[in-house]
Amino acid sequence: MHRPLHQTCLIYLAVAVLAFVTLAPIAWLFIMSIANPTDLVTVPLRWIPAHPDFSRYGKLLGLTGDITENPFLNGLKNSLIAAVGATLVAIVVSTLAAFGFARRNAPQALLFLMLATFMMPPITYVLPLYSVFSDLRLLNTPFTLVVVYCSMLIPFAAWLLKSNFDAFPAEIEQAAMIEGAGTLRILREVVLPIARPAVVAAAMLSFLVAWDEFFYALLFTSDLRGKTLPVAIADFAAGRVTDYGVIAAVGILATIPPTAIALLFQRHLISGLSAGGVKG
Amino acid sequence: MESWRPRSEKWLLLAPALLILSAITLWPLAQTLWLSFTDAEITAVKQPIHWIGFDNYVYALTDPDFQDALSRTLYFTIVSVGLETVIGVAVALLLNLEFKGRTFARMLIVLPWALPNIVNAMMWRLIYHPEYGALNALLVQTGILSDYRSWLGEPGLALHMVIFADVWKNFPLIAFVALAALQTIPRELFEAARVEGAGAWHQFKAIVLSAIIGPVLVIVILRTVEAFRVFDIIYVMTRGGPADSTKTASFFVYQEYFSYLRAGSGASYAAIVAAISAVLIAIYLGAVRRQAKAAA
Repeated sequence: MHRPLHQTCLIYLAVAVLAFVTLAPIAWLFIMSIANPTDLVTVPLRWIPAHPDFSRYGKLLGLTGDITENPFLNGLKNSLIAAVGATLVAIVVSTLAAFGFARRNAPQALLFLMLATFMMPPITYVLPLYSVFSDLRLLNTPFTLVVVYCSMLIPFAAWLLKSNFDAFPAEIEQAAMIEGAGTLRILREVVLPIARPAVVAAAMLSFLVAWDEFFYALLFTSDLRGKTLPVAIADFAAGRVTDYGVIAAVGILATIPPTAIALLFQRHLISGLSAGGVKG
Repeated sequence: MESWRPRSEKWLLLAPALLILSAITLWPLAQTLWLSFTDAEITAVKQPIHWIGFDNYVYALTDPDFQDALSRTLYFTIVSVGLETVIGVAVALLLNLEFKGRTFARMLIVLPWALPNIVNAMMWRLIYHPEYGALNALLVQTGILSDYRSWLGEPGLALHMVIFADVWKNFPLIAFVALAALQTIPRELFEAARVEGAGAWHQFKAIVLSAIIGPVLVIVILRTVEAFRVFDIIYVMTRGGPADSTKTASFFVYQEYFSYLRAGSGASYAAIVAAISAVLIAIYLGAVRRQAKAAA
């Protein structure tokens, strides 16, 4: 396709602006994480650090210094438990539910009710939840977050999976049913092998949502035993740390897992998002 | 046995999901409603709770601070989602053109979307820093601004700076969905339109807009519901300040509960937020249903 020169220039100009606007803030976050504290507070600002310093990463990852009082590593551990645990439980539970909605005639109104609970602002129901967890002495553990995150992920994953199950031909299942296979066996041996890309996409998106969660984690956890990475980052940013480079390094490290997932599964994720948004 | 199995089976499949959701959201939501009619307070020692009817609601609905928080939330939602939509669709149109490096450009916009919300808030807080922030340095060194500004310190400015950070993170979501929809348009459609002598704007309206409006609308309404409950970014960037100028509805209720420890009155504010959200959610689910019917 041929385009007049001025149009081509305009397109590349627009792309350059887009690239700058998306990349510059993240690049700056990275530069802060490797700059000397004095570089960051000089006026006029020094954009490129003279002596890049990666020692903050080493300290945060526990390669050097004291590991026992490391809020980053603890937050990482708690975040992984909460996000991976909730994703695993939610995928099992929502696969069953999605199959019920897509193939066993479960009332669609319930699917919409589930979606409605997913979208209700947590502030509208968090206080009674808080007092129950407090009475049961379940506050401040990542396992409580697993349960709470599940409630958040199940509607979302069930919705994505249901729209995928809808698209499968029913004949294969029927053949298995005639041969006497029960529903769980059909699910395991017939449906899941075909649906694997959809299940992986739903799991990845669920993980991203759980990894990002802040509100419950802020309210339900209070120290190293329970705080997740987002809460640890909010603490850092709230000013207990005066070295901005450390805060920046924590941010960069917290961004690596979701970015890796997003880039590796980009195609799946986007088709998953579109399918979930479009199909009923 | 054969006759009951298929019918009860769907309930068995749904049971775990419904149980968890009832315990974690529906039941506490009902509790919040009940609390909103009481004088309950958050105390270490259990106090007797009294039923006080609609007193909390009368107070909440006439509270100018809460009205301000609600209209601020509405402003945040409309401006944020509006800008995200316009920018998202424009970026999708750009990335749908053929040019060198297109795949790379598409990967770039994944980055803001993948950045955790809290990291995004923290990053912009550092960039907006009144003395050491990169924004001041950039604008002064290029001569656009003559003096450093306190981006999050001025009441009229802070909310807009938060909106900017939110738009930066969320426009890619709308761009992804719009781009996916654009790619379903067959090229021949444009040829046919050109042959029939349709102008550029007409082609755009008839082909492009009609292809993306359904999916984009669904994601826009979803973003609206999300933006209405905004909390994380406010908590990290401004804590509602300066002078309450970024105090949104969720943050307002949060403070009523956890700073002033007023459970009953906080619950009435929460119930009002829930009612408004319910309307938005109903609109969203209606749009999804319509879209599903159109796609089928």
